[in-house]
Amino acid sequence: MSDVSTPSAATPAAQTGHWYSVAQQKRLKRRYAADRRLRYLGLGAIGLAIGLLGMLIVSLVYTGHLAFAQTRVELEFYVDPALVKADDIRAGNFRAIARQALFTQFPEVTSRREQTQLAKLLSPGAEWIVRDYVAAHPELIGKSFKMLVPVSDPYDQLQKGLMSRDMPESQRRLSDQAIGWFDKLKKAGLVHTTFAYELFANADSRFPELAGLAGAIAGSFLTLLVCLVLSFPFGIAAAVYLEEFAPKNRLTALIEVNINNLAAVPSIVFGLLGLAVFLGFFGLPRSAPLVGGMVLALMTLPTIIIATRATLKSVPPSIREAALGIGASKHQVILHHVLPLAMPGIMTATIIGLAQALGETAPLLLIGMNAFIPSLDSVGLLEPATALPTQIYSWADSPERGFVTRTSAAILVLLGFLVVMNTAAIYLRQKFERKWS
Amino acid sequence: MNEQVHTANLKTIAQSPLVARGIGNVKVRARNVNVFYGEKQALKNVSVDIPARAVTAFIGPSGCGKSTFLRCINRMNDTIPGARVSGEITIDNQDIYDPSLDVVQLRARVGMVFQKPNPFPKSIYENVAYGPRIHGLAQNRAELDEIVLSSLEKAGLLKEVKDRLHEPGTSLSGGQQQRLCIARAIAVSPEVILMDEPCSALDPIATAKIEELIDELRENYCIIIVTHSMQQAARVSQRTAFFHLGELIEEGDTDEIFTNPKDRRTQDYITGRFG
Repeated sequence: MSDVSTPSAATPAAQTGHWYSVAQQKRLKRRYAADRRLRYLGLGAIGLAIGLLGMLIVSLVYTGHLAFAQTRVELEFYVDPALVKADDIRAGNFRAIARQALFTQFPEVTSRREQTQLAKLLSPGAEWIVRDYVAAHPELIGKSFKMLVPVSDPYDQLQKGLMSRDMPESQRRLSDQAIGWFDKLKKAGLVHTTFAYELFANADSRFPELAGLAGAIAGSFLTLLVCLVLSFPFGIAAAVYLEEFAPKNRLTALIEVNINNLAAVPSIVFGLLGLAVFLGFFGLPRSAPLVGGMVLALMTLPTIIIATRATLKSVPPSIREAALGIGASKHQVILHHVLPLAMPGIMTATIIGLAQALGETAPLLLIGMNAFIPSLDSVGLLEPATALPTQIYSWADSPERGFVTRTSAAILVLLGFLVVMNTAAIYLRQKFERKWS
Repeated sequence: MNEQVHTANLKTIAQSPLVARGIGNVKVRARNVNVFYGEKQALKNVSVDIPARAVTAFIGPSGCGKSTFLRCINRMNDTIPGARVSGEITIDNQDIYDPSLDVVQLRARVGMVFQKPNPFPKSIYENVAYGPRIHGLAQNRAELDEIVLSSLEKAGLLKEVKDRLHEPGTSLSGGQQQRLCIARAIAVSPEVILMDEPCSALDPIATAKIEELIDELRENYCIIIVTHSMQQAARVSQRTAFFHLGELIEEGDTDEIFTNPKDRRTQDYITGRFG
């Protein structure tokens, strides 16, 4: 095929013929170049996706990381027995105790006006923190103790550097005098920045330094629980029926088409459905996790049904035949053999469906699951509640500067939950994959 | 011409030395069985008698309908949408397509071993115990153990798996898995065992073991085996039926079929002219 004839000047001595001609080399180069281009295109696409995601995360962390720290001041509280009675500690005048503890640091502040201003340095929640501590330790009546209490939001912003000291006084939230007081406390070494446990332990609040996600997390948890309890059994049962029992006729095809379409319906439509039917027609309590869970279950059902059917289809028919061959009846084949093999795929789909439901905001807003929940006492299936995404929504709406950082922090918490859930789904899928072969 | 061959064979069964040798009367009787998959006819007017306590082999080229016919006997074709079966098949003179017959019980009485070994993804013990459990054949754990162990023994597997009954069935080798499937089928005390090319996915040594097993089992069960290998049919069976293009061409004693086939097509197949 290749004749070893006189080699030309362009090609090396032993390489002649079709495969080593100049034209062929050019062709080869073009092919490799096309390979490279495709590769770079793919890399570019991934780079873009990761880049955008990275930008999102970085900006969230940049704005939100400060919310995970809280500025506190260390004060000595004297529990005046005149202000607090042992038989009813919680009714004591802790406001005065807190103010007094602060004023002892500033003996030069005497006028009532200035004292009122100074008192605003502490968070309004400081007195409740002291109250709860004394109520837990009644032996402290008549004695003094040191404790860290949070400062109010403007001072927290100041300490975190979010409030510029260079702006003219009239444009600032804090006067020069106020800043001077704060600096004095700092010089005395009484100002500490510690982890803001309030973000996770407290319910919502008007005051940013006291606002926390506990209520939202509890509400989301209850809502997802209701969603799981409703969508998991019904979804699997529907999928099993469609896959194993339903006759292959027009009606079944119609049902399948409808279920596929339901998976694509915008979530706000489910919210409207919840509003009209659950709240309007059935008269269920507004803002309740029960209703929120029901609406989210409607949204998650199509996902679970479709995924379960796909998993059932992927169970090898040899297992079914073996079970049938030994004389197992239909329900035995499904319950004893097919479902156990399909369960890992079903669980993965359920976790992913729940992760999606966790982040749904529009339907929850429409059924009013955006209540202001200042205390954790009223957490229940039928009580007004809030959820993580709706909490983010209301915090984003708040004008107070302190809520800006908290909104970003809340988004990070929500993303954290989603990452954990999706990782669990992937781990489960890998662990149980191909168990039958 | 086929009709004459068939009537001749019916007479030979009645007077056959097989009956005299105590291999048994007719266990499975098929008359004019037709099978349609949708519009396509897979079996045309098949009539055959299958004796008890013997091995009957179905041979023929690919796509000739032998597996289809096998699956009619335990009504596995019911699970295929669009499959229609007409004609009569009786086991011990009982019509198995009678609407009042419980197909689930039929499948316990007629066991099946498939081409590719398909143990359940459970432990070896559970694989064998599943059948007896769902059919209520054991009153308590001790009886169940007894059934499992004796089935494994009869399948020639007990010695190899005695110490690892709780390991997954899928951890065995191909030949062992097939013997496990046979044990599983035996555990529900069937009367007929259907085997659809049981050795085609196995190596020669495993195949030899299974053939040996089939030979032992035929003393107690009616065995019908579909096989591609004529040598296997010759080794293992007492009766052979040759299928071609959905029709039963010839059937009779294995020795007769292989040394002195009456139909031209049978001869062509056996001598390797086609198939």
